[in-house]
Amino acid sequence: MNTTTTRLTADMQQSAARLEQTWRDPPGILGWFSAINHKTIAVRFMLTTMGFFLAGGVLALIMRLQLARPENHLVGPDFYNQLFTMHGTTMMFLFAVPVMQAVGSYLVPLMLGARSLAFPRMNAFAYWIFLFGGLMLYVGFLLDIGPDAGWFAYVPLAGPDYSPGKRVDFWAQMITFTELSALLEAIILITTIFKMRAPGMTLNRMPLYVWTMLVTSFMVLFAMPSVMLASTALITDRLVGTHFYNPAEGGDALLWQHLFWFFGHPEVYLIFIPPLGFMSSIIATFSRRPIYGYAAMVLAVIATAFLAFGLWVHHMYATNVPELGKSFFTASSAMIAIPTAIQIFCWIATLWTGKLSFRTPLLFALGFFFILTLGGLTGVMLASVGLDLQVHDTFFVVAHLHYVLIGGAVFPLFGAFYYWFPKFTGRLMSETLGRWNFWLFFIGFNVAFFPMHLLGLAGMPRRVWTYPASMGWGDMNLTATVGAAIIAVSVLLFIINALKSRRHGAPAGPNPWGAGTLEWGTDSPPPAGNFVAPPVCGGRYPLWEPDGVPARVTGLDDDRRAILTTTLMDARPDLRPTMPSPSIWPFLSAIAVTVLFIGSIFTPWAVVWGAVPVAIGTTLWFWPNRKSTERQVAREVRP
Amino acid sequence: MTRTTAPLALLFAAAGAYAEPAQSALRPAGIQAERIHDLWQLTLAICALVFAAVLAALLAALWRAPRGDAATPADVSPLSRPEPRLRRNVLLAVGASVALLFVLIVADFQTDRLLNRMPLADAVNIEVTAHQWWWEARYDDPEPGRIFTTANELHIPVGRPVVLKLKSSDVIHTFWLPSLHGKKDMIPGRTALLRLRADQPGTYRGQCAEFCGFEHALMAFLVTAEPNDRYEAWADTQRREASNELSAQESRGRQVFMERSCVMCHTIQGIGANATFGPDLTHLAGRATLASGVLPNNREQLAAWITKPQQQKPGTNMPSTALSQEELDALLAYLGTLK
Amino acid sequence: MKITVTTGLWACVIASALLAGCYREQRPLPGAPATAAPTDPLRLTSLQPGEPKAAVNSGNPYEDNAYATAQGKHLFKQYNCNGCHGSGGGGSGPALMDDKWIYGSEPANIYATIVQGRPNGMPSFGGHIPEDQVWQLVAYIRSMSGQLRSDVAPSRSDSLSPGKPEQRREKETPTPESLPQSAK
Repeated sequence: MNTTTTRLTADMQQSAARLEQTWRDPPGILGWFSAINHKTIAVRFMLTTMGFFLAGGVLALIMRLQLARPENHLVGPDFYNQLFTMHGTTMMFLFAVPVMQAVGSYLVPLMLGARSLAFPRMNAFAYWIFLFGGLMLYVGFLLDIGPDAGWFAYVPLAGPDYSPGKRVDFWAQMITFTELSALLEAIILITTIFKMRAPGMTLNRMPLYVWTMLVTSFMVLFAMPSVMLASTALITDRLVGTHFYNPAEGGDALLWQHLFWFFGHPEVYLIFIPPLGFMSSIIATFSRRPIYGYAAMVLAVIATAFLAFGLWVHHMYATNVPELGKSFFTASSAMIAIPTAIQIFCWIATLWTGKLSFRTPLLFALGFFFILTLGGLTGVMLASVGLDLQVHDTFFVVAHLHYVLIGGAVFPLFGAFYYWFPKFTGRLMSETLGRWNFWLFFIGFNVAFFPMHLLGLAGMPRRVWTYPASMGWGDMNLTATVGAAIIAVSVLLFIINALKSRRHGAPAGPNPWGAGTLEWGTDSPPPAGNFVAPPVCGGRYPLWEPDGVPARVTGLDDDRRAILTTTLMDARPDLRPTMPSPSIWPFLSAIAVTVLFIGSIFTPWAVVWGAVPVAIGTTLWFWPNRKSTERQVAREVRP
Repeated sequence: MTRTTAPLALLFAAAGAYAEPAQSALRPAGIQAERIHDLWQLTLAICALVFAAVLAALLAALWRAPRGDAATPADVSPLSRPEPRLRRNVLLAVGASVALLFVLIVADFQTDRLLNRMPLADAVNIEVTAHQWWWEARYDDPEPGRIFTTANELHIPVGRPVVLKLKSSDVIHTFWLPSLHGKKDMIPGRTALLRLRADQPGTYRGQCAEFCGFEHALMAFLVTAEPNDRYEAWADTQRREASNELSAQESRGRQVFMERSCVMCHTIQGIGANATFGPDLTHLAGRATLASGVLPNNREQLAAWITKPQQQKPGTNMPSTALSQEELDALLAYLGTLK
Repeated sequence: MKITVTTGLWACVIASALLAGCYREQRPLPGAPATAAPTDPLRLTSLQPGEPKAAVNSGNPYEDNAYATAQGKHLFKQYNCNGCHGSGGGGSGPALMDDKWIYGSEPANIYATIVQGRPNGMPSFGGHIPEDQVWQLVAYIRSMSGQLRSDVAPSRSDSLSPGKPEQRREKETPTPESLPQSAK
């Protein structure tokens, strides 16, 4: 039995109407700022990250136009340095990790059969913090305070002596914003996945996508503090004259690199692992069979996460850290290819024995195989110290990173948008435009980035605003620029497709793809409370089970935000807590924190004085409401 | 920005007049780069093989699988029964991957060992200090009187090992000479070592490979490898002070050098100019390029560099010097004697 | 509704972007020199014969520019100003980080001091240091006694630490001082 409105009994229809009333966002302008429904926040989050994606793409286009011809003067060195810094910073901090968390914050409760995310107000707060941090950076960029020391901001160049002014301080503080947001989202996702699964959804039956979000969130908890520490030390070096990175006073320039890359390497896996979950979802649906090798897939993701923390020195092979140490990182950097290889082979096995439907989501998933595999193999090349010493900091690495990030994350992400757009909006995206989108992106991407391998081997370093004509690099650069233009057209097609389909796309119904996981067992778009009757889980692909969903959860109140929590391993029903109601305080607290963070760019006293509004805001956030407390007490049942 | 386009284009066009030396990792000219190139070829072969195999497997899967759509019932039987054929194939593929990775790791380790054990008998010792955005090179010698300093263009003997001590005076730079070896970072507060050897004569171009500020893109250097006797002759020339036998105009040029801003930053051995902010100019006229490999060394370019450096290399620390035509001509004449 | 709020947010962003670019952050590369050298002779005391002349309005736009001030700090070290002035505490030359100024504390005064030289050991750097670099030095020197805003003044340098970074120094009130007693 599924729960589309046409099949509800009269009772259930009344219940559905009350549920909608209970769980929806409040109306009006105040309501817009007070909204905490996870789907509302997730849509805002996704749109914001995609906005940053477009901004970062425009920056890249300008760079490619500058590099298209040698000795070009479209932009000068100062602006070019800001361009590549902003491009890298936008894509890594403001797009790639947050978009994965955003999509996860929409899908994970639905896949788990839950009515909500855990900590919904904190979810809203995390979004506002992210938005304000990104806006701060871009306002700075437009006011000529954009950072210009690279997205990785190596000291001493990014230090107080060689980066005067506040440019790098804006960058470092943006890190604080985005890492706080990511940490909070990680806590939310872990709690949701551990405690809010449908009864019967043991860990062994959890969708592979949910596993990737769980593993990613744990990685966030361990990786983000490293970069927050590094950037805070940089801020204090610049603002109050500490000496963390000053060799003359006992500091070390390499301390920055270790702290940054200890975060930076896991960061790319934060970007890469959720799309592995997209791949599993899409391939299973369009092969009409479960993914082969569930246990191997889960263990591979976990192994990737652990190994990812043991690779960071491969970004530092050119420094004078001890050679024996570098060999260790060669071994670990090569080894991490193995879990990814396991995943690729299991997917191919699934496709081999499936019945294939070549819709747009599957096309993008197939693009992953070509592009990511190529990128992963250049990664194996880079794992070797000798080879890395030749191609480090050249366009070879630019090619590698775009192959793995675009092939490994952006292609599956686009596939995920085509796949879940019907669930988000109730309408299907256009297949024709989707095919054009895919092929232009695929071809444009390879035209843009494959020549960069050759450029790096031919001696062209990275982060150069121009190059001499006599080096012979002009033709390959021009080709790359043409490819970038093709990518731009394909992204434009995507936007047109999304906007058009939103209004005029074919109505989708709850399960247009015939998929098997729980998010397809409710309306498209889902009602405010996700499920009129929350499902009980009977298998890994509940909607494909011969008897469908075995049972429904009954007895949860529909006039307050009641949810069911379950035990961690076996998902037995546990408690019936009440979720908090919408509130303006997450938004206002985020404003207070923003004022504190931005103020502390200019004076350390901002930390002291800025803490006062933050304390007020967060206190009022948690302030209990007398009436709702009385209602809850009245409903407590003696065990 | 816009007003520099025309003159810069002309100047760089003139730069193409001399043949650009090699800067490619794929054309090794010394033993270290040779070893890396060998590893590259092995790795490329293995990776290409793996890529082709994975792609072939994928395309085969796509080709032969029957078609379905949303209405096709999903096959959940794999959830309750094992799939031994798939298991065997996946395990074989994983096994092959692990074996090939192992081969690569062993090759990597072997290459690292060889790179670190280049014989160092009779080595030339050069201490290279990177500055924003030029290279200072001091040729060390056990006898202090034979130590000399030059900038941006090095000569080394073919067939003898060269030990480079790499330092930085300001931010992190990277010494990268792809024809002869991989790169090494130059980190303030640390001294790194790079050992290489040129096995073929020629002029090789290197470039800074760590983002270091405005003119990271235009921070290049040239290394000329030549037979040992020619190298020793060059080194002897470098040890000599600037000549005192000057014509009237050249003397006037030396006077301009000492009385204007040049002397505040540059060294010319033997005339009392000993500042170290900018490159050592004692043998400027013997260099092929100016401004760390950016401009060809001829009279017009040198004049442009002295009077309008921001147009050649925006952001450089070299200030614009306003000179009358007479002063400029004299200065250029004097600088032309610094062979 | 949602569109209007989002549009409103973006409007604020763009409005602030249309404000003139932040001069503090610009990297003015030499070739565009700062204000012209003062044409009136500078007076170092208020005693003057005849009609009192208005004081020369001596501003230095580099005082609002962080890059120029940082360049001034590098030049201070490279041109060996600290050979006589230490890192601001003085030595054979007077201290530059205190409130006592023998030859005037206005930017034009300091410019003149550097370019003309002064009795008892201050060399004349006119002709040796390009004008633009002198103005950068002037901006830095004024920051040593806290005259510059803390967001413009340099922070610590990558060297042994001589004391508080310039941006954390208290702003001294410049007072004129007569020649040191030891002057002969």
